[in-house]
Amino acid sequence: MKTFKMGGIHPKEHKLSAGMKIQAATIPQQAIIPLGHYLGGPSLPVVAQGDQVKVGQIIGKASGFVSANVHASVSGIVAKIDDHIDASGYKVPHVFIDVTGDEWLETIDRSMEIKRDCALTPAEIIKKVSDSGIVGLGGATFPTHVKLLPPPGKIAEVLIINAVECEPYLTCDHQLMLEKAEEILVGVSVLMKAIGVTRAVMGIENNKKDAIDIMQKLAKTFDGIQIMPLKVQYPQGGEKQLIDAILGRQVPSGTLPIEVGAVVQNVGTTFAIYEAVQKNKPLFERILTITGKSMKSHGNYRARLGTSLAAIVDQAGGVPEDTGKIVAGGPMMGRALSSLEVCVAKGTSGVLFIPTAESARKKMKNCIRCAKCVVACPMGLEPYLLMNQSERSMWSEMEGERIMDCIECGCCSFSCPSNRPLLDHVRYGKTTVGKILRNRHAKK
Amino acid sequence: MNILTISILTLVLTGILAAIILFLVSRKFKVFEDPKIEEVVSALPSVNCGGCGFSGCHGFAVACVHAETLEGLVCTVGGLKTMERVADILGKVPGSFHPTVAVVRCGGNCDVRPVKNHYDGVKTCAIVHNLYGGQTACTYGCLGYGDCEVSCKFDALHINPVTQLPEVDEEKCTSCNACVKACPKAIIELRRKGAQSRRIYVNCINKDKGEKIVESCRVACIGCEKCLNECAYDAISMSDNLAYIDSATCTLCRKCVEVCPTHAIVELNFPTRRVRKKQVKK
Repeated sequence: MKTFKMGGIHPKEHKLSAGMKIQAATIPQQAIIPLGHYLGGPSLPVVAQGDQVKVGQIIGKASGFVSANVHASVSGIVAKIDDHIDASGYKVPHVFIDVTGDEWLETIDRSMEIKRDCALTPAEIIKKVSDSGIVGLGGATFPTHVKLLPPPGKIAEVLIINAVECEPYLTCDHQLMLEKAEEILVGVSVLMKAIGVTRAVMGIENNKKDAIDIMQKLAKTFDGIQIMPLKVQYPQGGEKQLIDAILGRQVPSGTLPIEVGAVVQNVGTTFAIYEAVQKNKPLFERILTITGKSMKSHGNYRARLGTSLAAIVDQAGGVPEDTGKIVAGGPMMGRALSSLEVCVAKGTSGVLFIPTAESARKKMKNCIRCAKCVVACPMGLEPYLLMNQSERSMWSEMEGERIMDCIECGCCSFSCPSNRPLLDHVRYGKTTVGKILRNRHAKK
Repeated sequence: MNILTISILTLVLTGILAAIILFLVSRKFKVFEDPKIEEVVSALPSVNCGGCGFSGCHGFAVACVHAETLEGLVCTVGGLKTMERVADILGKVPGSFHPTVAVVRCGGNCDVRPVKNHYDGVKTCAIVHNLYGGQTACTYGCLGYGDCEVSCKFDALHINPVTQLPEVDEEKCTSCNACVKACPKAIIELRRKGAQSRRIYVNCINKDKGEKIVESCRVACIGCEKCLNECAYDAISMSDNLAYIDSATCTLCRKCVEVCPTHAIVELNFPTRRVRKKQVKK
């Protein structure tokens, strides 16, 4: 069975919520919908205080090419547009909507019937994806239409669907595949049409055998879609790692996957694309996993954007007593939350409760030059060196050590026997070098 | 000739040859440097702090020698005395100089700004700022991990262990700008020292609106504009719900300090006010 060649680790999987049916989260009294994205420019509000909005109505317009629209996830009256904290603890603009009823836009097809055929041209599909505000739902929230429009001179050969879900604990993609397999495959064929390729490969890690079975059975009825089981290895869900695992091609440093002819989309995104293109439904809800060792009941929930995490957690049984840390996303790449007032954003893939005993950092010891971090790094970097350079503000040297290639997967910190905070320093260095590079570009 | 003489001779000859080459090369490629630069450097404090905006004292000396007037060229460490000596050497007039000092604009100590979450990662402000908003609900305020303390070459800045806020030692501070650069939250500002070191400033940089701030910090500027209306000298300006007092126009009348409802405006080094005795009715 295939996997990527360089680095990687295998943390304990803890897929506690596997097989739990997707439940609908209660629609909140007030939805607080974020206008900002982690990647790309923030959206500009197009509604004002007191406006009546319906579910699916556009409330934020993309502020540029690398930005995405935002749609109302509830119906009601816009209470205000104000700052609210997001997962980072900083305040960003949100649209507050007081909910009345649940009235959807008439254009949205709410029937359960699966629509297989797509008569739209590639350009029309991409326009629809862009209008529907679809971003990468794996966590990075990169606007999807940007990926579908390769730069001039580059031709896509193969579409890769990322159904790996290599993060421990998270099961939202897994459950989605079990429940919406056919819709996802229609989404894949729509995407294939949009970028003009005849071959698509869906990579699924071997710990999701039931999903592989369902997908393989259904894929026979579609042209050109191949399901490829992969050996369990973290961070296989990283774009470049997945391309290496499936195609055996290495994306050169500093370039995009299109350089080797690949376009990678997350399986959740593919389902959102199916809904947007075939059902006219913009992206205003997503699946997230609520789990944790100390939790009594785990679950996968379909929540409207802007639902406060506290409300969903209450529905799932409340914050467990033994909680040291609450993480938005998975344990490897997620962000520790400073408050549960944070609302569901497009990139929120789960809420994870970590018991006190596991959450505390262990005492840092000296580097023993064992090179475990170098072995674990899936991008072939030298994390111990980057940490030293970051501590000494050696930014130009860090640039030379390819710091911008770092995908912040955390394999280095995970593998360090001396508990050194490698990723913290490397990430700080990456942000600083990134700023220097952007300034340099701006000057040119 | 025995082997000893040969080796001595070879060494001596090589030495003489090398000396001749070195002499000729040094003549040919001699760089003329204005002797005044060396003089100016010797008059400067030689701490190479970069507070003047140049790369060290030599860079500043070169700039002084080449500049037409000394206006705008100030050695913050040496102050007026040093600049007068430099002006004497160069036969120029020293530029105008207002001594400044670093001011920490955050009063959110542990009592008035409750801690909302616990952070146990790497304890430097730069990394915490990069990661998230901080342990308190105020995302603008001091993080208290002391990047400014580390950056200070003059031992003038220390984190107070009780309040967890940095405190500036005015005697030692040379306003070299190092702490201003080191603070990721841009809390520290260089302000004019003022007459008798008296200063009035807004001790907060929180740009949120009133109602929200009070939950996160009790001594924050809530943008009520009371000070703006009180000031008779147009020294106070408002932007993003935050008052700012211009240290050049402020006349140190202290009226704004009295009206501030959250005590976010701070006065330093003033004599204690006379408290009017209330007449106690019998």
